[in-house]
Amino acid sequence: MADNQNNSAALTVKNLSVYFGKNEAVKNVSLDIAARAVTAIIGPSGCGKSTFLRAINRMHELNPDARMEGEIKLFGDDIYSKNVQPVVVRRRVGMVFQKSNPFPTMSINENVTVGLRLNGIRDKKILSERTEQSLRMAALWDEVKDRLSAPAISLSGGQQQRLCIARALAVQPEVLLMDEPASALDPLATSKIEDLILTLKKDYTIVIVTHNMQQAARASDFTAFFYMGELVEFGPTTKIFTSPANKRTEDYVTGRFG
Amino acid sequence: MSRTKSAFLPLFVLLIFRREKKFDCMATTKMTTATGQFGDRAFKWLTLAMAFAVFVLIALIGYELASGSHLAMQKFGWRFLISSDWDPVNDIYGALPVIFGTVVSSLIALIIAVPISVATAVYLTELAPLWLRQPLIMFIELLAAIPSVILGFWGLSVMVPWLHAHLFPAMRGTLGFLPLFKGPDYGPCILAAGMILAIMIVPIITSVSREILRSVPGLQREAAYALGATRWEVTRIAVLSYAKKGIFGAVILGLGRALGETMAVTLVIGNIAQIVPSLFSPGATLASTIANEFTEATGDLYYSALFELGLVLLGVTLVVNIFAQLLLKTFAGPSVKPQN
Repeated sequence: MADNQNNSAALTVKNLSVYFGKNEAVKNVSLDIAARAVTAIIGPSGCGKSTFLRAINRMHELNPDARMEGEIKLFGDDIYSKNVQPVVVRRRVGMVFQKSNPFPTMSINENVTVGLRLNGIRDKKILSERTEQSLRMAALWDEVKDRLSAPAISLSGGQQQRLCIARALAVQPEVLLMDEPASALDPLATSKIEDLILTLKKDYTIVIVTHNMQQAARASDFTAFFYMGELVEFGPTTKIFTSPANKRTEDYVTGRFG
Repeated sequence: MSRTKSAFLPLFVLLIFRREKKFDCMATTKMTTATGQFGDRAFKWLTLAMAFAVFVLIALIGYELASGSHLAMQKFGWRFLISSDWDPVNDIYGALPVIFGTVVSSLIALIIAVPISVATAVYLTELAPLWLRQPLIMFIELLAAIPSVILGFWGLSVMVPWLHAHLFPAMRGTLGFLPLFKGPDYGPCILAAGMILAIMIVPIITSVSREILRSVPGLQREAAYALGATRWEVTRIAVLSYAKKGIFGAVILGLGRALGETMAVTLVIGNIAQIVPSLFSPGATLASTIANEFTEATGDLYYSALFELGLVLLGVTLVVNIFAQLLLKTFAGPSVKPQN
């Protein structure tokens, strides 16, 4: 099952443009994102990579000036179809943010299950099973299993970020978006998150935006290089980092600009 | 090219003026160093004295109230607070009925005002289109600017007759099985006072709650949206639960307002110091009793008892307000730890 899905696309993006007012943040981007693999989006600040990521779960629509053209299909379903609610898209496409944002008034446990409870799941047994499962996947279970009812904000920064990952995983999304998930963390916490990404790709399709070139090289299977809102180059990570076809890509990954 | 020039022009002008001003300053400083220092010091002490005047004022008011109520304290002791007889004819004074009236009318005000205020604040910060926010905020602030006596007069001449004719009979019909809504009404009553108070405290609770809600980080909302929460769910799990402590502070601040409010309440409460279960019956509050009976307090003991009411009112409102301020101060939010 896993094998024959490995090469199929989880997301098909066709001619995607995103505007904020008159500003075109993403310009006519088309690419396929492979299922059960890690796709890294790299590029200098303001290149539209975060906007591209947010268009995948329609989070960019929280900005009232946002407007999009083109098409994004999630396992064949058009997520911008008229009869699809953004709420439904976001339940299928989870997201982890640059800064960890656990709900401070909730316990560790409640933070993990909040998405399930929003879906109307009240069964204590299911909730506790899913809590353990999600925390294990987020490599946090051993550190918090004895204090699940402690406040989420009693955790360290790195733990909080892994809690946010567990929270996103608990609703069993089909795709997990990560917007520079380790940029605010120390090297040790960062390497934990990277290990985690490598484990998670067995079950999940992951799209990660990163500023960190080494991170993209280490953790991803495919890399897309964005510049000024355009997709400059997209391909297997090894190719992008060793023999890029485009001069700008080469300059960027070798650190000559960006 | 010409555009760049014109853009730079004001900058040059600014630079020149700034330099001239600087020279100017230096010249005056040099010549008047001694006076300057004296002026600075005098200024500092003057402002300090003004700031301290506030403490002195509160202390003096407290002292005056305490010394004025000396006679009543001597005569009744702590019984003053728990005795339910307020009987000027026989010169016996117990504050319980007016404390009761104060607490009950303020609670009614909170029950009515809190849902309205919090809902308004949520609408203003989370839902309202941008063009509508400023006008709405302005109107809410205008509501706070209506003088208390005018609101009270409107209450007495418009609201109370309407309540008497329509709302109260309807309430008696549907909720009459509760002792709270039993018995006749003559118009002015504790419930009417609570309603007027509600109108008066909606602006403060709304505007403080709005500030609190605005301080909830956008990232909290995004976290909820990303889980597939609807707008209402985002408000509930990310915004309101984050802000609840601060909103509680706003409510207590409103309570402080309601407890001490005098004029409007005096006009619509009926001014009979009594403890009865029915909200349709007239009552009296600490403030309304002082306002209403001060001119007729001929006996020394009567006068002194009114002073003691004032002392109780001051004590209660001070405590409530300090509590509210502390709550709002500690609301830097249940903060999310910065990462490292």
